[in-house]
Amino acid sequence: MTNGNYLRVVATLVSGVIFGFGLSLSGMLDPARVRGFLDVARDWNPSLAFVLGGAVAVAAIGVVVARRMRRPLFDERFHAPTARVIDRRLITGSAIFGIGWGMVGLCPGPALASLSLGLPATLLFVAAMFAGMAVHDRPGVARAWLQKSPRDAGRAT
Amino acid sequence: MTDYWNALAGGMLIGLSAAVLMLATGRVAGISGIAGRLLQGVQPVAGGAFVVGLAFGPVLFRLLSGQWPEVTLTASWPILVIGGFLVGFGSRLGSGCTSGHGVVGLARLSKRSIMAVATFMSAAILTVYVMGFFA
Repeated sequence: MTNGNYLRVVATLVSGVIFGFGLSLSGMLDPARVRGFLDVARDWNPSLAFVLGGAVAVAAIGVVVARRMRRPLFDERFHAPTARVIDRRLITGSAIFGIGWGMVGLCPGPALASLSLGLPATLLFVAAMFAGMAVHDRPGVARAWLQKSPRDAGRAT
Repeated sequence: MTDYWNALAGGMLIGLSAAVLMLATGRVAGISGIAGRLLQGVQPVAGGAFVVGLAFGPVLFRLLSGQWPEVTLTASWPILVIGGFLVGFGSRLGSGCTSGHGVVGLARLSKRSIMAVATFMSAAILTVYVMGFFA
């Protein structure tokens, strides 16, 4: 592992810890509270709007700084998403995701973060979530797990 | 009141995490993308490091505050399985979830992300509304 690679992994780990801690502090790990936030017609708990607001505001500062940099600190280039078109996949996928999120009150970040609390219900949800991802990404998953052939990179997110 | 301050502070930390990842590695902090790539063996070291860090977050919270974050998860197991599957499949089909589209996408003022957030928020609110009649 070269030095740049090593720093990149450390930065990624640190970023993950901050993210998981932020989720814990914010209340986003609690599905009951997330569903309370989504329940606008009944007993609405608006506190989680501040999570998204605070997150977007600070991330936006990061975006402004990034636009002034030629390249990130530990990589050759920025890997910004390239897709521009609002298509049916985006809308249908987001709608399906939203239905699942509303049903349980967990999205991928909180689901993975709360694995460390060791609740069987979380484990079941995460297993089902990975199954859903695997069904969508069948070719890439098959290449990675079933064959020994050299794999090409998956679709960028 | 504490709920609101914690929500704001926690949210700002989530934004900081996204900013750190972007400025250090040039990548978007999108959890469904990271998880989906991990599943396909793409960038396993970076993805693994992020997920390990993510799961350590609540442990750090426990060390600093003396208590685990509150988690009230009462969904029945069929709801957990169906909901989990839809979250996994939908976030991959729509190329993002609450973190990638919701936090980073909105911060980048991406039109795709703005549409995605409007769509999944509406779908989630409608789902909770409808399920409320059967609770």
